[in-house]
Amino acid sequence: MPDPLLTVHDFSIVYDVDPPVKAVKNVTLELQRGEILGLAGESGCGKTTLAYGLQRLLRAPAVIASGSVTFHDASGVDIDVNALNVEEMRRFRWDKISMVFQGAMNALNPVTTIGAQLDDVFRVHRPDLSRRERRAACEELLELVAVGRERIRSFPHELSGGMRQRVMIAMALALRPQLMVMVMDEPTTALDVLVQREILSQISMLRHEFGFSVIFITHDLPLLLEISDRIAVMRGGEIIELAPAREIWEHPQHEYTKTLLASFPRLTGERGVLVR
Amino acid sequence: MTTLEFVNVSKRYRVRGASTMLALDDVSFTLHDRETIALVGQSGSGKSTIAKILTQLETPTSGEVLLNGKPIPRHGRGLRSYRQTLRMIFQDPFASLNPYHSIRYHIERPLRLDNVVPQNETETEVRRLLERVRLDADAVIDRRPHELSGGQRQRVAIARALASRPSLLIADEPVSMLDVSIRLGVLHLLADLQREEGLGVLYITHDLATARHFSDQIMVLHQGRVVEHGPADDVILNPQHEYTRELRSASPDPEKHFATASTRPQGGVA
Repeated sequence: MPDPLLTVHDFSIVYDVDPPVKAVKNVTLELQRGEILGLAGESGCGKTTLAYGLQRLLRAPAVIASGSVTFHDASGVDIDVNALNVEEMRRFRWDKISMVFQGAMNALNPVTTIGAQLDDVFRVHRPDLSRRERRAACEELLELVAVGRERIRSFPHELSGGMRQRVMIAMALALRPQLMVMVMDEPTTALDVLVQREILSQISMLRHEFGFSVIFITHDLPLLLEISDRIAVMRGGEIIELAPAREIWEHPQHEYTKTLLASFPRLTGERGVLVR
Repeated sequence: MTTLEFVNVSKRYRVRGASTMLALDDVSFTLHDRETIALVGQSGSGKSTIAKILTQLETPTSGEVLLNGKPIPRHGRGLRSYRQTLRMIFQDPFASLNPYHSIRYHIERPLRLDNVVPQNETETEVRRLLERVRLDADAVIDRRPHELSGGQRQRVAIARALASRPSLLIADEPVSMLDVSIRLGVLHLLADLQREEGLGVLYITHDLATARHFSDQIMVLHQGRVVEHGPADDVILNPQHEYTRELRSASPDPEKHFATASTRPQGGVA
Protein backbone atom coordinates (compact mmCIF):
# COMPACT_ATOMS: atom_id res chain seq x y z
CA MET A 1 0.00 0.00 0.00
CA PRO A 2 1.63 3.26 -1.07
CA ASP A 3 2.44 5.62 1.77
CA PRO A 4 4.51 8.35 0.16
CA LEU A 5 6.95 10.41 2.18
CA LEU A 6 8.27 12.61 -0.57
CA THR A 7 6.71 13.47 -3.90
CA VAL A 8 8.92 15.08 -6.49
CA HIS A 9 7.11 16.34 -9.54
CA ASP A 10 8.64 17.61 -12.79
CA PHE A 11 11.65 18.90 -10.87
CA SER A 12 14.34 20.71 -12.88
CA ILE A 13 17.52 22.49 -11.89
CA VAL A 14 19.48 24.73 -14.21
CA TYR A 15 22.95 26.14 -13.66
CA ASP A 16 22.38 29.61 -15.00
CA VAL A 17 25.72 30.13 -16.67
CA ASP A 18 26.41 30.84 -20.31
CA PRO A 19 25.19 28.62 -21.91
CA PRO A 20 22.81 27.36 -19.19
CA VAL A 21 23.35 23.79 -18.04
CA LYS A 22 20.29 21.70 -17.35
CA ALA A 23 21.64 19.56 -14.53
CA VAL A 24 18.36 17.94 -13.50
CA LYS A 25 15.61 17.53 -16.06
CA ASN A 26 11.96 17.02 -15.17
CA VAL A 27 12.48 14.45 -12.46
CA THR A 28 9.33 12.87 -11.10
CA LEU A 29 9.44 10.31 -8.35
CA GLU A 30 7.65 9.22 -5.23
CA LEU A 31 9.58 7.97 -2.24
CA GLN A 32 7.73 5.68 0.15
CA ARG A 33 7.90 5.85 3.90
CA GLY A 34 10.57 3.45 5.17
CA GLU A 35 11.95 2.82 1.70
CA ILE A 36 15.59 2.74 0.67
CA LEU A 37 15.95 4.31 -2.75
CA GLY A 38 19.25 3.93 -4.53
CA LEU A 39 20.28 6.67 -6.90
CA ALA A 40 22.89 5.42 -9.34
CA GLY A 41 24.78 7.28 -12.01
CA GLU A 42 28.19 8.47 -13.04
CA SER A 43 29.89 11.74 -12.33
CA GLY A 44 28.11 14.65 -13.91
CA CYS A 45 24.77 12.85 -14.20
CA GLY A 46 23.07 15.22 -11.77
CA LYS A 47 22.50 12.85 -8.87
CA THR A 48 24.20 15.05 -6.29
CA THR A 49 22.57 18.18 -7.69
CA LEU A 50 19.20 16.47 -7.35
CA ALA A 51 19.89 15.46 -3.75
CA TYR A 52 20.98 18.95 -2.80
CA GLY A 53 18.16 20.53 -4.77
CA LEU A 54 15.51 18.57 -2.88
CA GLN A 55 16.49 20.47 0.25
CA ARG A 56 17.28 23.72 -1.53
CA LEU A 57 20.91 23.46 -0.58
CA LEU A 58 22.15 24.83 -3.87
CA ARG A 59 23.47 28.33 -4.38
CA ALA A 60 23.42 30.54 -7.43
CA PRO A 61 24.04 30.01 -10.29
CA ALA A 62 21.90 26.93 -9.61
CA VAL A 63 18.23 27.70 -10.09
CA ILE A 64 15.23 25.48 -9.49
CA ALA A 65 13.64 25.96 -12.89
CA SER A 66 10.47 23.98 -12.50
CA GLY A 67 8.57 21.49 -10.46
CA SER A 68 7.66 20.84 -6.86
CA VAL A 69 8.90 18.85 -3.89
CA THR A 70 6.26 17.87 -1.38
CA PHE A 71 7.12 16.35 1.96
CA HIS A 72 4.33 14.33 3.52
CA ASP A 73 5.06 14.80 7.19
CA ALA A 74 4.27 12.05 9.67
CA SER A 75 1.87 14.48 11.35
CA GLY A 76 -0.31 14.34 8.25
CA VAL A 77 0.63 17.81 7.01
CA ASP A 78 1.97 18.19 3.47
CA ILE A 79 4.89 20.57 3.23
CA ASP A 80 5.67 22.30 -0.04
CA VAL A 81 9.44 22.55 0.31
CA ASN A 82 9.83 25.23 -2.37
CA ALA A 83 7.35 27.49 -0.59
CA LEU A 84 9.12 27.57 2.79
CA ASN A 85 10.66 30.88 3.82
CA VAL A 86 14.21 31.10 5.14
CA GLU A 87 13.34 30.50 8.77
CA GLU A 88 10.93 27.66 7.99
CA MET A 89 13.52 26.09 5.75
CA ARG A 90 16.14 26.28 8.49
CA ARG A 91 13.82 24.43 10.83
CA PHE A 92 12.83 21.92 8.18
CA ARG A 93 16.34 20.86 7.29
CA TRP A 94 17.88 18.24 9.51
CA ASP A 95 14.64 17.94 11.45
CA LYS A 96 12.69 16.28 8.62
CA ILE A 97 15.45 15.47 6.14
CA SER A 98 19.06 15.01 7.15
CA MET A 99 22.08 14.35 5.06
CA VAL A 100 25.32 12.44 5.31
CA PHE A 101 27.57 14.39 3.04
CA GLN A 102 30.06 13.25 0.48
CA GLY A 103 33.41 12.63 2.12
CA ALA A 104 31.64 12.31 5.46
CA MET A 105 34.78 11.26 7.22
CA ASN A 106 36.36 14.64 6.52
CA ALA A 107 33.27 16.72 7.17
CA LEU A 108 33.80 17.10 10.91
CA ASN A 109 35.33 20.22 12.39
CA PRO A 110 38.87 19.27 13.39
CA VAL A 111 39.20 21.77 16.24
CA THR A 112 36.24 20.84 18.43
CA THR A 113 35.19 17.58 20.04
CA ILE A 114 32.61 15.37 18.40
CA GLY A 115 30.45 15.82 21.49
CA ALA A 116 30.35 19.58 20.95
CA GLN A 117 29.47 19.10 17.30
CA LEU A 118 26.61 16.76 18.13
CA ASP A 119 25.49 19.16 20.84
CA ASP A 120 25.21 21.93 18.25
CA VAL A 121 22.40 20.11 16.49
CA PHE A 122 20.30 20.07 19.66
CA ARG A 123 21.13 23.61 20.69
CA VAL A 124 19.93 24.93 17.35
CA HIS A 125 16.92 22.71 16.75
CA ARG A 126 15.81 21.79 20.27
CA PRO A 127 16.46 24.94 22.31
CA ASP A 128 14.19 23.73 25.09
CA LEU A 129 16.45 20.86 26.06
CA SER A 130 18.58 21.36 29.15
CA ARG A 131 22.29 20.89 29.05
CA ARG A 132 21.97 17.57 30.82
CA GLU A 133 19.32 16.32 28.39
CA ARG A 134 21.47 17.32 25.44
CA ARG A 135 24.42 15.51 26.88
CA ALA A 136 22.34 12.39 27.44
CA ALA A 137 21.03 12.58 23.87
CA CYS A 138 24.55 12.89 22.45
CA GLU A 139 25.76 9.91 24.46
CA GLU A 140 22.79 7.87 23.33
CA LEU A 141 23.54 8.71 19.71
CA LEU A 142 27.15 7.64 20.02
CA GLU A 143 26.00 4.35 21.53
CA LEU A 144 23.46 3.92 18.76
CA VAL A 145 26.08 4.03 16.02
CA ALA A 146 28.50 1.90 18.04
CA VAL A 147 31.13 4.55 18.52
CA GLY A 148 30.56 4.51 22.28
CA ARG A 149 29.67 7.26 24.73
CA GLU A 150 33.18 7.44 26.08
CA ARG A 151 34.31 9.01 22.82
CA ILE A 152 32.20 12.10 23.39
CA ARG A 153 35.28 14.19 24.19
CA SER A 154 37.35 12.85 21.31
CA PHE A 155 38.50 15.06 18.51
CA PRO A 156 37.86 13.86 14.96
CA HIS A 157 41.53 13.02 14.36
CA GLU A 158 41.46 10.60 17.28
CA LEU A 159 38.90 8.44 15.52
CA SER A 160 39.30 6.10 12.58
CA GLY A 161 37.68 6.92 9.24
CA GLY A 162 34.87 4.45 9.87
CA MET A 163 34.17 5.94 13.30
CA ARG A 164 34.09 9.43 11.87
CA GLN A 165 31.59 8.31 9.29
CA ARG A 166 29.49 6.84 12.09
CA VAL A 167 29.61 10.12 13.99
CA MET A 168 28.26 11.83 10.87
CA ILE A 169 25.48 9.27 10.76
CA ALA A 170 24.77 9.87 14.45
CA MET A 171 24.50 13.56 13.68
CA ALA A 172 22.12 12.86 10.82
CA LEU A 173 19.98 10.70 13.13
CA ALA A 174 19.98 13.20 15.99
CA LEU A 175 16.56 14.70 15.37
CA ARG A 176 14.99 11.43 14.24
CA PRO A 177 14.41 12.67 10.70
CA GLN A 178 11.98 10.91 8.42
CA LEU A 179 14.41 10.92 5.54
CA MET A 180 18.15 10.53 5.43
CA VAL A 181 20.07 11.32 2.26
CA MET A 182 23.43 9.62 2.07
CA VAL A 183 25.99 10.64 -0.48
CA MET A 184 28.65 7.95 -0.56
CA ASP A 185 30.40 8.60 -3.78
CA GLU A 186 33.92 9.71 -3.05
CA PRO A 187 36.43 7.13 -4.21
CA THR A 188 39.46 8.63 -2.49
CA THR A 189 37.84 8.67 0.91
CA ALA A 190 36.16 5.36 0.31
CA LEU A 191 36.05 3.06 3.26
CA ASP A 192 37.15 -0.46 2.77
CA VAL A 193 34.52 -3.05 2.15
CA LEU A 194 34.41 -4.51 5.65
CA VAL A 195 33.82 -1.19 7.39
CA GLN A 196 31.37 -0.11 4.73
CA ARG A 197 29.38 -3.29 5.07
CA GLU A 198 29.23 -2.90 8.82
CA ILE A 199 27.93 0.67 8.56
CA LEU A 200 25.35 -0.30 5.97
CA SER A 201 23.94 -3.11 8.02
CA GLN A 202 23.75 -0.70 10.91
CA ILE A 203 21.78 1.81 8.83
CA SER A 204 19.47 -0.93 7.70
CA MET A 205 18.92 -1.98 11.32
CA LEU A 206 18.26 1.60 12.42
CA ARG A 207 15.85 2.07 9.57
CA HIS A 208 13.76 -0.80 10.85
CA GLU A 209 13.96 0.58 14.35
CA PHE A 210 13.03 4.18 13.54
CA GLY A 211 11.23 3.72 10.25
CA PHE A 212 12.98 6.41 8.26
CA SER A 213 13.53 6.42 4.51
CA VAL A 214 16.94 6.60 2.89
CA ILE A 215 18.08 7.99 -0.43
CA PHE A 216 21.41 6.41 -1.07
CA ILE A 217 23.62 7.94 -3.72
CA THR A 218 26.61 6.15 -5.18
CA HIS A 219 27.99 4.88 -8.45
CA ASP A 220 28.43 1.43 -6.94
CA LEU A 221 25.53 -0.37 -8.55
CA PRO A 222 26.26 -3.85 -7.14
CA LEU A 223 26.13 -2.35 -3.66
CA LEU A 224 22.86 -0.56 -4.39
CA LEU A 225 21.35 -3.74 -5.74
CA GLU A 226 21.89 -5.37 -2.38
CA ILE A 227 20.74 -2.61 -0.08
CA SER A 228 17.98 -0.78 -1.97
CA ASP A 229 14.29 -1.49 -2.32
CA ARG A 230 14.15 0.46 -5.56
CA ILE A 231 16.84 1.94 -7.77
CA ALA A 232 16.75 5.03 -9.94
CA VAL A 233 19.36 5.23 -12.67
CA MET A 234 20.30 8.74 -13.74
CA ARG A 235 22.01 10.00 -16.84
CA GLY A 236 22.29 13.47 -18.27
CA GLY A 237 20.04 14.90 -15.57
CA GLU A 238 17.20 12.48 -16.19
CA ILE A 239 16.00 9.42 -14.37
CA ILE A 240 16.06 6.95 -17.20
CA GLU A 241 14.93 3.94 -15.23
CA LEU A 242 13.27 3.47 -11.87
CA ALA A 243 12.35 0.01 -10.68
CA PRO A 244 12.64 -2.43 -7.78
CA ALA A 245 16.22 -3.61 -7.32
CA ARG A 246 15.41 -7.12 -8.45
CA GLU A 247 13.79 -5.79 -11.64
CA ILE A 248 16.87 -3.69 -12.39
CA TRP A 249 19.02 -6.75 -11.92
CA GLU A 250 16.89 -9.28 -13.75
CA HIS A 251 15.17 -7.19 -16.42
CA PRO A 252 16.96 -3.90 -16.99
CA GLN A 253 15.00 -1.95 -19.62
CA HIS A 254 17.30 0.85 -20.62
CA GLU A 255 20.48 0.31 -22.63
CA TYR A 256 22.45 2.49 -20.23
CA THR A 257 21.35 0.47 -17.22
CA LYS A 258 22.60 -2.62 -19.02
CA THR A 259 25.91 -0.89 -19.72
CA LEU A 260 26.27 0.05 -16.06
CA LEU A 261 25.46 -3.49 -14.93
CA ALA A 262 27.98 -4.86 -17.40
CA SER A 263 30.65 -2.52 -16.03
CA PHE A 264 30.97 -4.58 -12.88
CA PRO A 265 32.57 -7.97 -13.13
CA ARG A 266 30.75 -10.67 -11.23
CA LEU A 267 32.47 -11.75 -8.06
CA THR A 268 31.45 -15.38 -8.22
CA GLY A 269 29.85 -15.74 -11.64
CA GLU A 270 31.25 -17.11 -14.86
CA ARG A 271 34.83 -16.09 -15.37
CA GLY A 272 34.58 -16.18 -19.15
CA VAL A 273 32.05 -13.36 -19.14
CA LEU A 274 34.83 -10.87 -19.08
CA VAL A 275 37.97 -12.32 -20.40
CA ARG A 276 37.95 -11.81 -24.13
CA MET B 1 62.90 -13.18 -18.35
CA THR B 2 62.48 -10.93 -15.35
CA THR B 3 61.90 -12.10 -11.81
CA LEU B 4 61.22 -9.94 -8.84
CA GLU B 5 61.40 -11.55 -5.43
CA PHE B 6 60.29 -10.44 -2.01
CA VAL B 7 62.21 -12.62 0.45
CA ASN B 8 60.98 -12.54 4.07
CA VAL B 9 60.47 -8.80 3.94
CA SER B 10 59.44 -7.01 7.12
CA LYS B 11 58.98 -3.31 7.58
CA ARG B 12 58.74 -1.62 10.94
CA TYR B 13 57.74 2.01 11.10
CA ARG B 14 58.67 4.14 14.05
CA VAL B 15 55.62 5.83 15.52
CA ARG B 16 56.26 9.04 17.47
CA GLY B 17 59.80 8.11 18.43
CA ALA B 18 59.06 5.49 21.03
CA SER B 19 56.75 2.72 19.82
CA THR B 20 56.92 0.93 16.50
CA MET B 21 54.41 -0.49 14.10
CA LEU B 22 54.95 -3.61 12.07
CA ALA B 23 53.60 -2.72 8.63
CA LEU B 24 54.88 -5.82 6.86
CA ASP B 25 55.51 -9.10 8.60
CA ASP B 26 57.67 -11.64 6.80
CA VAL B 27 56.24 -11.19 3.32
CA SER B 28 57.55 -13.38 0.51
CA PHE B 29 56.38 -13.64 -3.07
CA THR B 30 57.73 -13.79 -6.59
CA LEU B 31 56.50 -11.78 -9.55
CA HIS B 32 57.54 -12.94 -13.01
CA ASP B 33 57.06 -11.12 -16.25
CA ARG B 34 54.03 -12.33 -18.21
CA GLU B 35 51.90 -12.74 -15.11
CA THR B 36 49.54 -10.61 -13.06
CA ILE B 37 49.32 -10.83 -9.31
CA ALA B 38 46.54 -8.98 -7.52
CA LEU B 39 47.32 -7.67 -4.07
CA VAL B 40 44.15 -7.21 -2.04
CA GLY B 41 43.47 -6.13 1.51
CA GLN B 42 41.88 -3.42 3.62
CA SER B 43 43.38 -0.02 4.06
CA GLY B 44 46.24 -0.32 6.52
CA SER B 45 46.98 -3.90 5.50
CA GLY B 46 50.36 -2.98 4.03
CA LYS B 47 49.59 -2.80 0.31
CA SER B 48 51.14 0.61 -0.13
CA THR B 49 54.17 -0.31 1.95
CA ILE B 50 54.89 -3.10 -0.52
CA ALA B 51 54.57 -0.62 -3.40
CA LYS B 52 56.87 1.82 -1.62
CA ILE B 53 59.50 -0.82 -1.04
CA LEU B 54 59.24 -1.95 -4.66
CA THR B 55 59.83 1.58 -5.87
CA GLN B 56 62.63 2.05 -3.34
CA LEU B 57 60.88 4.84 -1.54
CA GLU B 58 61.25 2.75 1.60
CA THR B 59 63.77 0.13 2.52
CA PRO B 60 62.84 -3.09 4.31
CA THR B 61 63.71 -3.41 8.01
CA SER B 62 64.68 -6.98 7.31
CA GLY B 63 64.55 -9.33 4.36
CA GLU B 64 65.51 -8.71 0.76
CA VAL B 65 64.08 -7.60 -2.53
CA LEU B 66 65.81 -9.27 -5.45
CA LEU B 67 65.60 -8.52 -9.15
CA ASN B 68 66.73 -11.52 -11.16
CA GLY B 69 68.41 -12.83 -8.04
CA LYS B 70 70.37 -9.67 -7.27
CA PRO B 71 69.65 -7.07 -4.59
CA ILE B 72 68.30 -3.77 -5.87
CA PRO B 73 70.95 -1.04 -5.99
CA ARG B 74 70.27 1.77 -3.54
CA HIS B 75 71.46 4.62 -5.70
CA GLY B 76 73.15 5.73 -8.90
CA ARG B 77 72.97 4.14 -12.30
CA GLY B 78 71.87 0.78 -10.95
CA LEU B 79 68.83 2.22 -9.20
CA ARG B 80 67.97 4.17 -12.32
CA SER B 81 68.05 1.11 -14.47
CA TYR B 82 65.96 -0.76 -11.88
CA ARG B 83 63.37 1.98 -12.07
CA GLN B 84 63.39 1.65 -15.81
CA THR B 85 62.52 -2.02 -15.41
CA LEU B 86 59.70 -1.38 -12.98
CA ARG B 87 57.17 1.39 -13.52
CA MET B 88 54.24 2.61 -11.55
CA ILE B 89 50.69 3.66 -12.42
CA PHE B 90 49.06 5.73 -9.72
CA GLN B 91 45.52 5.88 -8.47
CA ASP B 92 44.71 9.48 -9.22
CA PRO B 93 45.25 10.58 -12.83
CA PHE B 94 44.20 14.08 -11.79
CA ALA B 95 47.21 14.34 -9.49
CA SER B 96 49.80 12.22 -11.24
CA LEU B 97 50.08 14.39 -14.35
CA ASN B 98 51.62 17.84 -14.21
CA PRO B 99 49.00 20.47 -15.07
CA TYR B 100 51.64 22.81 -16.55
CA HIS B 101 52.86 20.43 -19.20
CA SER B 102 51.46 19.06 -22.42
CA ILE B 103 50.78 15.38 -22.94
CA ARG B 104 53.75 15.30 -25.33
CA TYR B 105 56.06 16.48 -22.56
CA HIS B 106 54.82 13.81 -20.15
CA ILE B 107 55.73 11.01 -22.54
CA GLU B 108 58.91 12.60 -23.88
CA ARG B 109 60.51 12.89 -20.46
CA PRO B 110 61.05 9.18 -19.75
CA LEU B 111 62.00 8.62 -23.40
CA ARG B 112 64.80 11.18 -23.14
CA LEU B 113 65.89 10.34 -19.61
CA ASP B 114 66.21 6.67 -20.38
CA ASN B 115 67.50 7.16 -23.93
CA VAL B 116 64.88 4.78 -25.22
CA VAL B 117 65.00 5.97 -28.83
CA PRO B 118 67.31 8.31 -30.77
CA GLN B 119 66.38 12.00 -30.36
CA ASN B 120 64.98 12.42 -33.86
CA GLU B 121 62.57 9.55 -33.31
CA THR B 122 61.12 10.88 -30.09
CA GLU B 123 58.04 12.40 -31.68
CA THR B 124 57.19 9.21 -33.55
CA GLU B 125 57.63 7.20 -30.40
CA VAL B 126 55.39 9.51 -28.37
CA ARG B 127 52.69 9.09 -31.00
CA ARG B 128 53.17 5.35 -31.12
CA LEU B 129 52.76 5.13 -27.34
CA LEU B 130 49.62 7.24 -27.38
CA GLU B 131 48.11 5.05 -30.09
CA ARG B 132 49.19 2.04 -28.07
CA VAL B 133 46.89 3.10 -25.22
CA ARG B 134 44.16 3.75 -27.82
CA LEU B 135 44.26 7.51 -27.74
CA ASP B 136 44.04 9.64 -30.85
CA ALA B 137 47.57 11.05 -30.88
CA ASP B 138 46.70 14.08 -33.01
CA ALA B 139 43.84 14.99 -30.75
CA VAL B 140 45.65 14.78 -27.42
CA ILE B 141 49.36 15.32 -27.96
CA ASP B 142 49.29 19.11 -27.56
CA ARG B 143 46.65 19.16 -24.89
CA ARG B 144 47.22 19.60 -21.21
CA PRO B 145 45.87 17.19 -18.60
CA HIS B 146 42.88 19.32 -17.59
CA GLU B 147 41.55 19.18 -21.13
CA LEU B 148 41.24 15.40 -20.99
CA SER B 149 38.74 13.16 -19.24
CA GLY B 150 39.77 10.97 -16.31
CA GLY B 151 39.95 7.89 -18.50
CA GLN B 152 42.10 9.65 -21.10
CA ARG B 153 44.41 10.91 -18.38
CA GLN B 154 44.84 7.44 -16.97
CA ARG B 155 45.70 6.21 -20.47
CA VAL B 156 48.35 8.91 -20.70
CA ALA B 157 49.74 7.72 -17.37
CA ILE B 158 49.86 4.19 -18.75
CA ALA B 159 51.62 5.36 -21.92
CA ARG B 160 54.15 7.20 -19.76
CA ALA B 161 54.75 4.06 -17.71
CA LEU B 162 55.31 2.06 -20.90
CA ALA B 163 57.69 4.63 -22.41
CA SER B 164 60.76 3.22 -20.69
CA ARG B 165 59.89 -0.27 -21.94
CA PRO B 166 59.59 -1.74 -18.46
CA SER B 167 59.10 -5.43 -17.85
CA LEU B 168 57.17 -4.93 -14.62
CA LEU B 169 54.29 -2.61 -13.78
CA ILE B 170 52.81 -1.72 -10.43
CA ALA B 171 49.24 -0.52 -10.81
CA ASP B 172 48.01 0.96 -7.54
CA GLU B 173 44.19 1.15 -7.68
CA PRO B 174 44.44 2.24 -11.33
CA VAL B 175 40.70 2.59 -11.95
CA SER B 176 39.13 3.50 -8.62
CA MET B 177 39.05 7.20 -9.50
CA LEU B 178 37.44 6.62 -12.88
CA ASP B 179 33.78 6.56 -13.80
CA VAL B 180 32.36 3.07 -13.56
CA SER B 181 31.43 2.69 -17.21
CA ILE B 182 35.02 3.25 -18.37
CA ARG B 183 36.79 1.21 -15.68
CA LEU B 184 36.56 -2.07 -17.51
CA GLY B 185 37.88 -0.44 -20.67
CA VAL B 186 41.03 0.68 -18.88
CA LEU B 187 41.44 -2.70 -17.19
CA HIS B 188 41.03 -4.49 -20.51
CA LEU B 189 43.63 -2.17 -22.00
CA LEU B 190 46.03 -3.02 -19.17
CA ALA B 191 45.33 -6.71 -19.64
CA ASP B 192 45.96 -6.50 -23.39
CA LEU B 193 49.20 -4.59 -22.91
CA GLN B 194 50.27 -7.04 -20.24
CA ARG B 195 49.75 -9.90 -22.65
CA GLU B 196 51.23 -8.26 -25.73
CA GLU B 197 54.28 -6.75 -24.04
CA GLY B 198 54.79 -9.72 -21.75
CA LEU B 199 54.64 -7.54 -18.65
CA GLY B 200 54.56 -8.65 -15.07
CA VAL B 201 51.86 -6.69 -13.28
CA LEU B 202 51.23 -6.19 -9.60
CA TYR B 203 47.61 -5.05 -9.44
CA ILE B 204 46.91 -3.41 -6.09
CA THR B 205 43.20 -3.16 -5.37
CA HIS B 206 40.46 -3.52 -2.82
CA ASP B 207 38.03 -4.79 -5.43
CA LEU B 208 37.88 -8.57 -5.28
CA ALA B 209 35.77 -8.90 -8.41
CA THR B 210 38.25 -7.21 -10.76
CA ALA B 211 41.12 -8.87 -8.92
CA ARG B 212 39.62 -12.20 -9.84
CA HIS B 213 38.97 -11.38 -13.47
CA PHE B 214 42.19 -9.59 -14.27
CA SER B 215 44.83 -11.59 -12.44
CA ASP B 216 46.42 -14.98 -12.52
CA GLN B 217 47.03 -15.03 -8.80
CA ILE B 218 45.61 -13.24 -5.80
CA MET B 219 47.55 -12.43 -2.68
CA VAL B 220 45.52 -11.41 0.38
CA LEU B 221 47.23 -9.14 2.83
CA HIS B 222 45.98 -8.71 6.38
CA GLN B 223 47.79 -6.71 9.04
CA GLY B 224 51.04 -6.91 7.14
CA ARG B 225 50.94 -10.65 6.58
CA VAL B 226 50.10 -12.61 3.47
CA VAL B 227 47.23 -14.76 4.72
CA GLU B 228 46.38 -16.38 1.42
CA HIS B 229 48.05 -16.62 -1.96
CA GLY B 230 46.96 -18.74 -4.88
CA PRO B 231 45.31 -18.92 -8.30
CA ALA B 232 42.68 -16.16 -8.60
CA ASP B 233 39.66 -18.42 -8.93
CA ASP B 234 40.67 -20.61 -6.00
CA VAL B 235 41.13 -17.68 -3.67
CA ILE B 236 37.74 -16.14 -4.50
CA LEU B 237 35.60 -19.21 -5.04
CA ASN B 238 37.16 -21.38 -2.40
CA PRO B 239 38.80 -19.12 0.17
CA GLN B 240 40.77 -20.92 2.84
CA HIS B 241 41.51 -18.19 5.31
CA GLU B 242 38.86 -16.70 7.58
CA TYR B 243 39.83 -13.17 6.60
CA THR B 244 39.48 -13.88 2.87
CA ARG B 245 36.04 -15.29 3.54
CA GLU B 246 35.11 -12.15 5.44
CA LEU B 247 36.31 -9.95 2.60
CA ARG B 248 34.39 -12.01 0.13
CA SER B 249 31.12 -11.89 1.99
CA ALA B 250 31.45 -8.14 2.44
CA SER B 251 31.86 -7.57 -1.30
CA PRO B 252 28.62 -6.91 -3.15
CA ASP B 253 27.51 -10.00 -5.05
CA PRO B 254 24.07 -9.36 -6.60
CA GLU B 255 24.00 -12.77 -8.21
CA LYS B 256 24.13 -14.53 -4.90
CA HIS B 257 22.00 -11.89 -3.21
CA PHE B 258 19.04 -12.32 -5.52
CA ALA B 259 19.44 -16.07 -5.60
CA THR B 260 19.09 -16.32 -1.83
CA ALA B 261 17.17 -13.21 -0.75
CA SER B 262 13.45 -13.16 -0.17
CA THR B 263 11.40 -10.98 -2.53
CA ARG B 264 11.88 -7.88 -0.40
CA PRO B 265 15.52 -6.89 0.10
CA GLN B 266 16.46 -6.79 3.74
CA GLY B 267 19.13 -4.28 3.10
CA GLY B 268 22.80 -4.74 3.58
CA VAL B 269 22.81 -7.45 6.20
CA ALA B 270 26.27 -8.91 6.10
